[in-house]
Amino acid sequence: MKIEFKLFEHLGKFLIMIRRMFSRPARWEMYWRELFRQMNDIGVGSAFIVLLVSIFIGAVTAVQTAYQLYGTPFVPSSYIGLIVRNTIIFELAPTFTALILAGKVGSNLASELGSMRVTEQIDALEIMGVNTESYLIATRIIAAVITIPVLVAIAAYSGIMGGYIATSLSSNYSTEDYVRGIRMLFDPFDVQLMFIKSFTFSFIVSSISCYMGYYVKGGSVEIGKASTQAVVYSCIFVLLADYVIASLLL
Amino acid sequence: MIEISNITKSFGEQRVLTDVSTVFEAGKTNLVIGISGSGKTVLMKIMTGLMTPDTGKVHFNGRDFFALSRNDQKNLRREIGMLFQGSALFDSMTVEENVMLPLNMFSNATKKEKLDRVNFCLERVNLAGANKKFPGEISGGMKKRVGIARAIVLNPKYLFCDEPNSGLDPRTSIVIDDLIIEITREFNMTTIINTHDMNSVMEIGEKIVFLYKGVKDWEGDKSQILDVTDENLNSFIFASDFLKDARDALKEKIARNK
Repeated sequence: MKIEFKLFEHLGKFLIMIRRMFSRPARWEMYWRELFRQMNDIGVGSAFIVLLVSIFIGAVTAVQTAYQLYGTPFVPSSYIGLIVRNTIIFELAPTFTALILAGKVGSNLASELGSMRVTEQIDALEIMGVNTESYLIATRIIAAVITIPVLVAIAAYSGIMGGYIATSLSSNYSTEDYVRGIRMLFDPFDVQLMFIKSFTFSFIVSSISCYMGYYVKGGSVEIGKASTQAVVYSCIFVLLADYVIASLLL
Repeated sequence: MIEISNITKSFGEQRVLTDVSTVFEAGKTNLVIGISGSGKTVLMKIMTGLMTPDTGKVHFNGRDFFALSRNDQKNLRREIGMLFQGSALFDSMTVEENVMLPLNMFSNATKKEKLDRVNFCLERVNLAGANKKFPGEISGGMKKRVGIARAIVLNPKYLFCDEPNSGLDPRTSIVIDDLIIEITREFNMTTIINTHDMNSVMEIGEKIVFLYKGVKDWEGDKSQILDVTDENLNSFIFASDFLKDARDALKEKIARNK
């Protein structure tokens, strides 16, 4: 009963936070500036790690798929490209990127807002008459929803390129087969699905992390806890949403 | 003028404030004093609208804060300046950007006008030339002064200071106290200060409200404090032998002069 009560309390506070985000800003210019700062932090700041991880994931997927298909006479080697492409577009690019960003961006958002709360910076803005949900949270969530899908697209492209690099380094399979495979049986809906997932995941990661940080009470220990919880809950809800989207749309 | 009436606040089972009523007049430095946990900060958070009381009202020149719409509350808050205990400066912004933030948010002035206003406020708190420094590069006393500059940049009618002298050496505390009283008189603000500092009580306490276990135990001014008979207040203000001796010496001196 107590757990259920807590759950509803969090849900209520979360919904109130989201509702309060939608108020007319006192001065658009300040909100634009904050939005672009956040887009830079979240998007540009995460591009390198996303690029690096996705290249290796693509390469490893290609090598392991090739290993499993090795010696099977009825499956053409071009299927390596097809499997790598679909695995990356369907799952690895959106979900893996969201999980990486839950760790990098999510913990950063929670700890930044948490320390602003603990050092009374949020109170200072409130007393000035600033709608902090709108100025601090909406800008971060919008920045995440704009930049994370772009990162996912970069991850998908670089993952497929990673597979190409791995194939080119292997003597068993030709890059021509790989390229033929990634062009085979292509359905544009797969890319739409990838973007649907990435928009959903970016909202989940950013909103949960902002919520955890915004409502921190206490000191540095609580900021650390909020940061960890932001990562854990973001990952859980990303995986849950991944399953729901796949069940509903496929 | 700020009038609070019958303010009561509890957190769960714990009652923090009980039926607190008083009036804080404009152009005066009003002090709220009391031991740690007596409810001073909660009272200030209620007066600034950061917390809602269980019962009671807060009137700003006749306007009942908690009866206003959320938008009107926001508009009223623009008449409030606050100096926080830890200064609450934004670490990623320079001193100039910190002070300019309220202007950027709410003023239609040109960039030059805003900069002039920022420079005026920084000069007013003796920080001219510190514009480009970051909060991490300045001392605690300077941070407090930047906090005051930010609090007064929009010409507030009401100034709240939460423990303005905490963590400061006695000389810097006096500088901050002098600054607060000068600004209060210059701009005819209603200033409310939460403090533990006995020097502030004796120097700038034009009105003093003493909270004890969440109840208003005594109110008066600094001239009455030497003759106070309230046991709780006496044990709070004259807690050490040194302060008791100082009080007795002062009383003797006053008696001799009479």
